[in-house]
Amino acid sequence: AAMTTMNPDLRRERAAATFQPELLTHILDGGAERTRRRKEIEALVINDPDFQHEDLNFLSRSQRYEQAIRKSSLMVMKLREYGIADPEEIYWFKSFVHRGRPEPLDLHLGMFLPTLLTQATPEQQDRFFMPAWNLEIIGTYAQTEMGHGTHLRGLETTATYDPATQEFILNSPTVTSIKWWPGGLGKTSNHAIVLAQLYTQGQCKGLHAFIVPIRQLGTHEPLPGITVGDIGPKFGYDEMDNGYLKMDNFRIPRENMLMKHAQVEPDGTYVKPVSDKLTYGTMVFIRSLIVGDSARCLSRACTIAIRYSAVRHQSELKPGEPEPQILDYQTQQYKLFPLLATAYAFHFVGAYIKDTYHRISGDINDGDLSELPELHALTAGLKAFTSWTANAGIEECRMACGGHGYSRCSGIPDIYVTFTPSCTYEGENTVMMLQTARFLVKSYIQVNSGQQVTGMVSYLNDLSRQRIQAQHVAARTVSVRINDPVSLVDAYKARAARLVEAAAKNLQAELNHRKSKEDAWNRTSVDLVRASEAHCHYVIVKLFTAKLSEVSNAAVRAVLTDLCLLYALYGISKNTGDFLQAGILSDGQITQVNQRVKELLAIIRPNAVALVDSFDFHDLHLGSVLGRYDGNVYENLFEWAKKSPLNKTQVHESFHKHLKPMQSKL
Amino acid sequence: INPDIASERQTASFSVEKLMAWLDGSAEHTRIRRAVVEAIECDPVFSRENQYFQSQNERYEEAVKKAVHLQKKMQEMGWTENGPEYKYIYRALAGDVAFLLHRVFMRSISMLGSDKQVAKWIPLATQYQLIGSYAQTELGHGTYLQGLETTAVFDITTQEFILNTPKISAMKWWPGDMGRSATHTVAFAQLYIHGKCYGVHPFIVQIRSLQDHSLCPGITAGDIGPKMSFEHADNGFLMLQNVRIPRENMLSKFCEVQPDGTYVRWGSQKINYFTMTSVRISLISDEVITPVMKACTIAIRYSVVRRQSKLKPGEQEAKILDYQTQQEKLLPQLAAAYAFHLISNYLQELFDRGYREIQRKNFDMLPELHAFSSGFKAIITQYCTSAVEICLRACGGHGYSLLSGLPSLYTKILASCIYEGENTILLLQTARFLIKCFMAASAGQPVPPSVTYLAAVKPGKCPAKNKLDFLSPDIYMEAYRHTAARLVSSTAAKLQDLTQSGVKKHDAWNQCTVQLARAAKAHCHYITVKNFAEAVVKIETQAGIQKIMKHLCDLFALHGIFSNAGIFLHDGYISGTQMDMVTASYLDLLPVIRKDAVPLVDAFDFTDKSLNSALGSYDGQVYQRLYEWAQKSPTNTQMSPAYERYLKPLLHKKLSKL
Repeated sequence: AAMTTMNPDLRRERAAATFQPELLTHILDGGAERTRRRKEIEALVINDPDFQHEDLNFLSRSQRYEQAIRKSSLMVMKLREYGIADPEEIYWFKSFVHRGRPEPLDLHLGMFLPTLLTQATPEQQDRFFMPAWNLEIIGTYAQTEMGHGTHLRGLETTATYDPATQEFILNSPTVTSIKWWPGGLGKTSNHAIVLAQLYTQGQCKGLHAFIVPIRQLGTHEPLPGITVGDIGPKFGYDEMDNGYLKMDNFRIPRENMLMKHAQVEPDGTYVKPVSDKLTYGTMVFIRSLIVGDSARCLSRACTIAIRYSAVRHQSELKPGEPEPQILDYQTQQYKLFPLLATAYAFHFVGAYIKDTYHRISGDINDGDLSELPELHALTAGLKAFTSWTANAGIEECRMACGGHGYSRCSGIPDIYVTFTPSCTYEGENTVMMLQTARFLVKSYIQVNSGQQVTGMVSYLNDLSRQRIQAQHVAARTVSVRINDPVSLVDAYKARAARLVEAAAKNLQAELNHRKSKEDAWNRTSVDLVRASEAHCHYVIVKLFTAKLSEVSNAAVRAVLTDLCLLYALYGISKNTGDFLQAGILSDGQITQVNQRVKELLAIIRPNAVALVDSFDFHDLHLGSVLGRYDGNVYENLFEWAKKSPLNKTQVHESFHKHLKPMQSKL
Repeated sequence: INPDIASERQTASFSVEKLMAWLDGSAEHTRIRRAVVEAIECDPVFSRENQYFQSQNERYEEAVKKAVHLQKKMQEMGWTENGPEYKYIYRALAGDVAFLLHRVFMRSISMLGSDKQVAKWIPLATQYQLIGSYAQTELGHGTYLQGLETTAVFDITTQEFILNTPKISAMKWWPGDMGRSATHTVAFAQLYIHGKCYGVHPFIVQIRSLQDHSLCPGITAGDIGPKMSFEHADNGFLMLQNVRIPRENMLSKFCEVQPDGTYVRWGSQKINYFTMTSVRISLISDEVITPVMKACTIAIRYSVVRRQSKLKPGEQEAKILDYQTQQEKLLPQLAAAYAFHLISNYLQELFDRGYREIQRKNFDMLPELHAFSSGFKAIITQYCTSAVEICLRACGGHGYSLLSGLPSLYTKILASCIYEGENTILLLQTARFLIKCFMAASAGQPVPPSVTYLAAVKPGKCPAKNKLDFLSPDIYMEAYRHTAARLVSSTAAKLQDLTQSGVKKHDAWNQCTVQLARAAKAHCHYITVKNFAEAVVKIETQAGIQKIMKHLCDLFALHGIFSNAGIFLHDGYISGTQMDMVTASYLDLLPVIRKDAVPLVDAFDFTDKSLNSALGSYDGQVYQRLYEWAQKSPTNTQMSPAYERYLKPLLHKKLSKL
């Protein structure tokens, strides 16, 4: 009976909410119809006995891989059976099947097939696409090497063209050139798209992509000349066979180079591609997905931590009274509510980038690439900003759950280890921030030379005006209204402008001192990263604020406005140094900001559970005993622990093997 | 040896051996430590090579095997619990060993037990005739000890205590060694005599048979399931149903229940928590400083071997440690490792002094000791946990491989933010002490020497004129002191305002907790900087050590100001222009320390076996090691059924539904 009734604390919390969570769910999903469809797909998976299995926490790595492969195989067939083809619907289906975890076919579906579509010639598509679509060919995308990651030009794998046989000879010339990390490479794939330095007619033509068969069809044994395997255990990603690949004089036909853009003719003549900007498109797309992932992973962690904090009672707030819910402690609210606000902010940013990408990818197909550089710079920075923040936020949520957060049953350790690599893959975050900085500095220089810039950096245009009226800087400070999100956007804008300018000036000063541009850049890079962070922070506050006016329901708008204010003010209170030093806010205003943050915590408190309910994660997807919708935490924690592998027998075999002999000897 | 790492060692500005001796306390200590490490590492039973490939069950068995073997080893080597070798054994084993809670069990009996109890139990425990655990935390209750729900009711007719777990949230949950190994435990329970509750007390309870290890009547116990790390430890649960233990099993150095049910106490009730104070202080060096030093060693060595992108066109790809952003990630962590090593020594001395007093039943130092152990445990574990994570992420993709050694260092150290007291709560305990001392000091009453500075809060301005001034310890220490005092005094004022305006005391406290925690952090940060600066002045060894330590101290201090600029700028103590000087001085230090980065981690003197990392080995042969080790993974050496069962039918279209 305990299982079916809702914990009274949670029932009370839900009854006290000032808005309807469903309405907010619709906003997050992009409309009521999309919510309906998402839940429909969710039900397809959850009610399907084929997708059930033992709690993954109790399985070994090898067993987890096996379960993932089993489910992936079924998933591919069922997607076709149900006729689900919309990319977003596929994404939902997949994340319910795998409960938000990676799976061995990720690279096949997410990289191998799309790369064939965008980079293969029609003839190559005939040969490879349908077999790959039908999973006779399972492929992966082998780019990263043991010694080389984000800096692609440094890759060492070679593909040398031999006109005599019309073949490419692939080689991994050094240990550092061994392909390392590609998902699905270790055990699953029989083909790989390999990135290698192309050599023809004695010259290096840079990186190109080749389709390389790696395992024998039928036996799945590695082909002669191929050494392939799993890279061993990692921090998370247990179900993924990240692999290594070493090639020794391995020959593939000329026709296996992906030749839609660049070509090698039979005699070895190299034909250059028309534009290299096109590859930006894929990167922008994948990085925008990471922004959305940051939002979702942080939302899951917040859901768990906030529900648990409403169920857990600890210590006393008032002498003589029962122990209060830990969510009533100011320090607990101060840990969790800014993260909740951040999760909402990131949702809206993720949706914005996705929409922008879809809007301009039409232009890209028409050959108009003018908006791409800014979007590229923006997504690089936002990918880094959101993944860093979410990463730290997930850990904060885990720690806010005290000891039980550390148990695998809380689900947060898994969210963390699954998410945290996104700080590194698809572009290491510091490098991403520096790419954004490069764009910011370029824009700053443009403004300084009298040109106007457009888009998210247009605030830089104001810098020259402000310089003329330097004496008004003090007057500017009092104009920030701390209860008005629009005014706070201006404050963030001023901070970004100031930090971009400071970094650009420091860079100039270094350039005046030193000969080398690269040295100067390196010696300014800490400032440059700060400037990029401030820019991204501004963009997020701006997008969150803009979202408010789109919300029609007054109760929902009110609660989102509280969150938006909290997000903006908390960000100021965590970076007071920047705002004080630039004279954007005074000491007195900072004190007010700190005070207002605490008031907002109390205002948001009654809606906290409803705000995480709005994320609408199914218990199965959440995978957490602490975050259960019904709040029956302790009974289920005990039930869960009883299934632990160490509890299989009443007396563990170690007693007979080690303990008993010791006791008799001593 | 990889030439990229060899060249780093040729240019050291100081003697690595001398620095090592300074860190260890003397060259003799270094010698003993190395001998212990050597003896342990050459014994194959203690090998950790397969650790990353093992399941929870296998890890647990290994840990028990090692713990048992260790007893033999100690006899063989002539090491004793009181000998100088003892403290190095744990370091050499890298913690992957069972019976750590057995030690806490013994420690709590030694500290809280009567002479008679010590005489009875300690020899049994030393001989491993029984295995102990320490059962305090419950499913529903952690840091707030008064909230524990387990009961111990005195039955005057049988002269026994009857222990019970009245409801599910009262179940003991988390104690190490208790899930599978322990035969006994010290259980904390609410003591009831004649229906009156006397608060939480410790009781020795037998939970498993000494014959066949089966559970004793009335006992339900087992393992709590997989965690983020600590796979080797059988953290357990324990339910008690009318379990009877003799009256003599209540630990009674400081209080006792007499046969007629009279309750007698000598000294403070708080003394029952003294085991925690002692554990908090000792965990800092073993569980926190050592891992952060290892993480720095791995990340810094890897950063001189890994080359990525070009700094200058036409040149070889640069070592990633030559990038300013990489230096800014790693070098402050290195400085922090040194800073916290020094404060940990300071805390240990303070504790030893306090313990001697308590043995004499003088409890005067208890509040300060408690405040210190709480606050420093909180800031050091929090700082170092984030430091290890920074090191992990500074190693790019390879950091996520378990073979880098960093994930297991991280998942282990991060538990330290919660166990032995959740950090936020600990900071608030320190804050309570600070506010009390501030009030006392303001009223002209005497306060402990560490907090006398609170009495002298006055507005002022930082006197620095140029960036070099910020390399003067007097300048930055004063900035820290001023800021800590300001945060304590302004929070005290806020509390007073609230209570004077009619807000109830506990409500006012809750409304100020965010500021209170911040004040406590600032206080501990100040003491750490001050202690570092004072230690540098006292260095007598020559050979360039004082100079490099001064750089590290400056870096630690300036990094703290740079990263918390707001609180220093807030009342104008440091001006905007001065903050730019701080930033400049801070960034200037990075390339200076960069030159000595590898020798500075070499001085921590971890063997390759103890690092257990493909990225951090002394010889810098990173890639070869990574490749060879990965091939030993069971995923490569054992056949997985996945191909035959799923992949093959999939590739050959034989899955039923296709």
